[in-house]
Amino acid sequence: MQAYLSIQEVTKRYANHLALGEVSLEIPQNKIFGLLGPNGAGKTSLIRIINQITAPDSGQIFIKGQSLQADHVTRIGYLPEERGLYKKMKVGEQAIYLAQLKGMSKHEARIKLKDWFKKFDILNWWDRKVEELSKGMQQKIQFVVTVLHEPELLIFDEPFSGFDPINVNLLKAEILKLKDQGATIIFSTHNMASVEELCDQIALINQGKKVLEGEVNALKDANRNYTYNCEIHHPVSDWNTMLERLPVELLQTKAEPNKINLHLKTAPALSSNELLKMMLPLGEVSSFQELLPSMNDIFIQKVGKSANPASDE
Amino acid sequence: MNKTLLILKREYLTRVKKKSFIIMTFLGPLLMAALMIVPVVLATLQNICEKNIAVVDETNWFIGKFEQGDNLQFHYVFEPVDSLKQKVLTGQFDILVYIPRPELNIPVNAEVYSNRQVPLNVSSYIKNTMSKEVEAKKLLASGIDPDIIKSAKTSINLVTIRIDEDGGETKSFTEINVALGLFGSILIYFFIFIFSSQVMRGIIEEKTSRIVEVIVSSVRPFELMMGKISGIALVGLTQFLLWIVLTGSIYGVFVIIYGVPESRQALGSGGSMISQANTMLPEMDNTAVLKVFEVVEAINFPVIIFSFIFYFLGGYLLYAALFAAIGSAVDNEADTQQFMLPVSIPLILGLVISNFIVNNPEGSLAFWLSMIPFTSPVVMMVRIPFGVPYGELALSMAFLIAGFLFTTWFAAKIYRTGILMYGKKPSYRELWKWLKY
Repeated sequence: MQAYLSIQEVTKRYANHLALGEVSLEIPQNKIFGLLGPNGAGKTSLIRIINQITAPDSGQIFIKGQSLQADHVTRIGYLPEERGLYKKMKVGEQAIYLAQLKGMSKHEARIKLKDWFKKFDILNWWDRKVEELSKGMQQKIQFVVTVLHEPELLIFDEPFSGFDPINVNLLKAEILKLKDQGATIIFSTHNMASVEELCDQIALINQGKKVLEGEVNALKDANRNYTYNCEIHHPVSDWNTMLERLPVELLQTKAEPNKINLHLKTAPALSSNELLKMMLPLGEVSSFQELLPSMNDIFIQKVGKSANPASDE
Repeated sequence: MNKTLLILKREYLTRVKKKSFIIMTFLGPLLMAALMIVPVVLATLQNICEKNIAVVDETNWFIGKFEQGDNLQFHYVFEPVDSLKQKVLTGQFDILVYIPRPELNIPVNAEVYSNRQVPLNVSSYIKNTMSKEVEAKKLLASGIDPDIIKSAKTSINLVTIRIDEDGGETKSFTEINVALGLFGSILIYFFIFIFSSQVMRGIIEEKTSRIVEVIVSSVRPFELMMGKISGIALVGLTQFLLWIVLTGSIYGVFVIIYGVPESRQALGSGGSMISQANTMLPEMDNTAVLKVFEVVEAINFPVIIFSFIFYFLGGYLLYAALFAAIGSAVDNEADTQQFMLPVSIPLILGLVISNFIVNNPEGSLAFWLSMIPFTSPVVMMVRIPFGVPYGELALSMAFLIAGFLFTTWFAAKIYRTGILMYGKKPSYRELWKWLKY
C-alpha cells in the first residue's frame, strides 16, 4: 500500500546545529502515527517542514505521491504545541476567520462550526471573547478549528497538554473517530501511555536522526526481554529450593503466608509454555503473564543509549 | 478569497472597530480645529475683560494721553494716592497708575497698583504710551516736529515672485510655505511612527498569544506580514481622510456660527489646509484677505496632497517592514527598545533637520536627505510647498519605492524565522544569521 505521506531524506540545518539529518519516514494512510523523541530531537522541525512553514535544506516530501505544493496546506490540519488564539477576538468570528484561511467559505465554516460547538456543548461561547475563556476552553476551540476543514492529514503536537482527564478522554474519542472517518494522523507527544493507547505505528527521532520505526506491537515484541510475572496461591513448602533449581533469574519475590508473587527472567530459548510447565509444581498458578516492554521503556532504552556519545559540534 | 486579502480585512476591521480608533478619529479634528479656533476665540475674549484705571499724574505730562479703549477706561483723578489705594481694594478701580513728580525734570518712573496681577498687555500699554510721550517731548525740545518722524516711517510690502522656465510667474509667500512644510513633515512623522508601531505591536501580540504558528500553517509568513502591513496602512489612510473631512466640517460649522466675512467664507470651504492658512492670520484687514487669496492660489494643493499620501505610504511601508522585523524578533514590547532606537534615528533626524531645511529648502543637505529613502518622507514634505522640480520628485519617489522593497525583503527574512522563536531575546549577530536561513 502506498504511504499517505512519504518523507525522503529530509535535512534541515540551523546555523550551528543539525535539526534533521536525512530523515526518511513513511506514514501509512488512515493510521495514527506516533512521532516520538526527546525535547529538541527535531520533531517540531519536521512537522513545520510538512506544514510548509519552513523549507528543508534537502530532501523531498510527497503527499499521495505528489511532491509537496502550496495548496496542500488546505489538506492538513495542524495543532501546534505552541498554540493560542487572538485574545480580543470573539470565539465564533475567530474560528470562521481561521477556517477561511484554510480555504473554507464563510458560509460552510459557520454551519460546520455550529455543529461542532453543539457537539462539544459550547454553543453559548460563540459571542464571547477568547480572553474570557479558561485555558482548557480555548484548547477545545483550537481543536475544533484544527479539524473543521476535514483535512486528510492531521498533525497533533502534544494535543493533551492543558486538558483535564475528562476532556482528554473526550479528545481521544474524537481522534479515533477521525481515524475511522479516514484521516491520517500524526501524533507527537511525550505521553507514552497515550501512544500505546492510540498509535498504530511510531517513529522515534533523536538528535535529528531516526532511531526506531515500526508498528507498536511489533516493536514491543522485538524489544521483549523475557520477563514474566507469576502469582502462585498455596505454594508448596519447599518452593524456595525448587525455584533455585529452575533455569530462571529471580528479579523480585514477594512472599505472603498463602501467596507468592514472582518476577523473573528467562533465557530467550525457553518458551513461555515450557516456563509455565516448570512453575506448575510450585503450587496453584493463579496468574502468569509475560511482561512486554512499555513504549516508555523502549523510549528510555533507545534514547538513553544514543544520548551517551558526545553530541556533534 | 485571496489569503492576504483575508488577513488585510481582519487587520483593518478589528482596528477600525476599536474604541481608541473611533475616539482618535473624532478627537483629532477637534484638537486640530481647536488649534485654529482657540486663538480667534481668545482674541475676541480679550475685549470682554474691562479695566477701570485711575491715573494720578503729578507731572501733568500724560493727562489725556492714554487713549480710551473698549476694554481700558482711564480716569484722570487728583486725589491722594493712599485713598485711591483703598478704592482699588474695594474694587472701585481695578488699577491705579501713579506717576510721581520726578527728581530731575524728565519723568521716567511710574507705579502701578492693583489687587491682583496686572495683565501684561495693560502694563506694556502704559509703558509704551509713556515712553512715546516722553520721546515726543524730547524731540520737540531739540526742535524736531514728531509729525515729521511719523510721516517718515514707511512700511514695506514685499512680494516675492517665482519665475518658471516657460515664463509663468507665481507669487510665493515664504511664511505660509514654512508653516505648511513643517506641518506636513510633522504630520507624516507621526503617521509613520504611530502606524508602524501598530504593526510591531500586532506582531508581538500574535507571537505572545501563540497564534502565529496556527496561522502560518495556513498562509505563508510573507502573506501574513504583508496582510498586516497593508491592513494597517488602510487604517492610517482612513484616519487621515476622516480627519480632513471632519476638520473641514467642524471649521464650516464654526464659520457659520461666528459669521466670518464673506471673502473668508469663500476660502473656508476649500478644505482644511486652506482654512488653516486662513485662521493663522485672524486679525486681517481687507487687503490681507486678498493676500490670503493669492497665497492659497499659489499653493499647489494637488501636488501637496498627492505627495503627502505617497510619502506617507512609502515611508510607512519602509518603516513598517523594519518594525515588523523587530516585532517578530522579540517576545514582548519591553525588549523592543534596543532595536527601535537605531531604526527610528533616521526618522527623528529627518524631523529635527527639517527645522533647518525650511531656511534653505534647495540646499544640498535638503536635496540629499530628500533622496535617501529613510529621511525623504519627512524632509520632502518640507520642500514641496516651496516647489520641487518634478524630475527630482520622481527620482526621490523611485528611491523610496526601491527602499521599501529592500526593507520588505530584508524584514521578511527575519520575520519568518523570528515569529517561531520563543524565549530568549536575540542579539544582532543572531538576526544576521536568520537572514541566511
